[in-house]
Amino acid sequence: MKSAKKLVDGETHRYGMVIDLDRCTGCGACMVACAVENNVPPGDPAANERTGISWLRVYRMNDGQPLPETRTAFVPVPCQQCGAKTPCVSVCPQNAVEIDRSSGIVGQIPVRCLGCRYCMAACPYHARSFNWWDPAWPAGMKESLNPDVSTRTRGVVEKCNFCFHRLQAARAKAAAAGSREESPGDYLPACVEACPTSAFLFGDLDDPTSDVAKAAEGKGTFRLLEKLGTDPKVIYRSARPWIRQMADGALPRNGKEEHRG
Amino acid sequence: MTSRSFAFVAGLTPALVVGWLGFPRLLYKRVEQPLSFSHKVHTGEKGGMACADCHALGPDGRFTGIPRLEKCAGCHAQPIGTTADEKRFVDDYLNKGQEVPWLVYSRQPDNVHFPHAVHIGKKVPCERCHGPHGTTDTLRAWQVNRISGYSRDIWGPRITRAFRRPWEGMKMNDCIRCHAERGQSSSCLACHK
Repeated sequence: MKSAKKLVDGETHRYGMVIDLDRCTGCGACMVACAVENNVPPGDPAANERTGISWLRVYRMNDGQPLPETRTAFVPVPCQQCGAKTPCVSVCPQNAVEIDRSSGIVGQIPVRCLGCRYCMAACPYHARSFNWWDPAWPAGMKESLNPDVSTRTRGVVEKCNFCFHRLQAARAKAAAAGSREESPGDYLPACVEACPTSAFLFGDLDDPTSDVAKAAEGKGTFRLLEKLGTDPKVIYRSARPWIRQMADGALPRNGKEEHRG
Repeated sequence: MTSRSFAFVAGLTPALVVGWLGFPRLLYKRVEQPLSFSHKVHTGEKGGMACADCHALGPDGRFTGIPRLEKCAGCHAQPIGTTADEKRFVDDYLNKGQEVPWLVYSRQPDNVHFPHAVHIGKKVPCERCHGPHGTTDTLRAWQVNRISGYSRDIWGPRITRAFRRPWEGMKMNDCIRCHAERGQSSSCLACHK
């Protein structure tokens, strides 16, 4: 599968990931690692699937066949990091969302957000969450917050940014060693690192020598809602045709996910 | 002068005086540092140290900020001078194993990411942002904005910001201006977390 050419001037990297759905067991380690890494508080008791916060959500779906022929698959959906016609960027009245040119990553700046949630309505992937409550951590848990990620307040939208603070750390490490370019091995988002079945591949899609760029061109790759033309930088792979059909919304959603933030 | 314009000036003048002179005093709370410290002694002829001797980068490129006790203890395990504050440092902090609660003038808000490793070098010396701090003999009072909780150094000492010197002020605009002059990224994520 060919992903579209660079669209932003001066872009030097285009970070993206390939998620192998045939490897994903739906264990949820990526979701937990993501929440811990990015200081996402435990869900409010009143939160539900719609009002809770998750930067990365593992959806469960099946092929709609009656038992015992039913086949189930799990689909981790972080922010798809759209590269073109980025819906959230184009609707934000605050310029609180923008594409970082050095990495291609779509950044959300919560302190700039006024909480109108237009971006959430615009995002076709439901990758954005709104803070309906002030974050609350159980006693003692505040001490374990990640100092590299700022916490958010009630009334703003947040989302996955491919653990951009880890890219910053990789750059700082490279700069201390006298280089202006981060070395690829130093930058991996928390979900990629946590996956026990190595379902995630992460790296620079514009670097033809990288594993992720090769995998993105491989057989059975697809992207979610490709027909919208948003050019996501999250690429999925599966050998099972019914999963690939689901990606464009061709199959009805028949399983209800049980999530509470 | 007509009586109306006289009334205007008579009202405006005290308002400006209160706004420019009185309000800043009200807005900032002054807090003294826990100990007196002379950068001049350390960096001058006597000490001969460079900024990075104490304010160093860690092995992963992370700036380590104000040194911890063990760094100071390398020389000051016993008082080597005659000042009362040095004795106090040894007795009250070093011997008790308690870190000195220094107040950081240049502490940025929580959502700011400033990697020293990427900035420092020949083109951006420490003095570009920190001014002559390394040659001062005493630590001035730390001033904190009562509303935002930010250090006054973020805005800078001059409330009008007129005729300010390059290191006076560490606001986002100050960062952006320097980035623009040097053709560096002005993306939000470049500096925000």
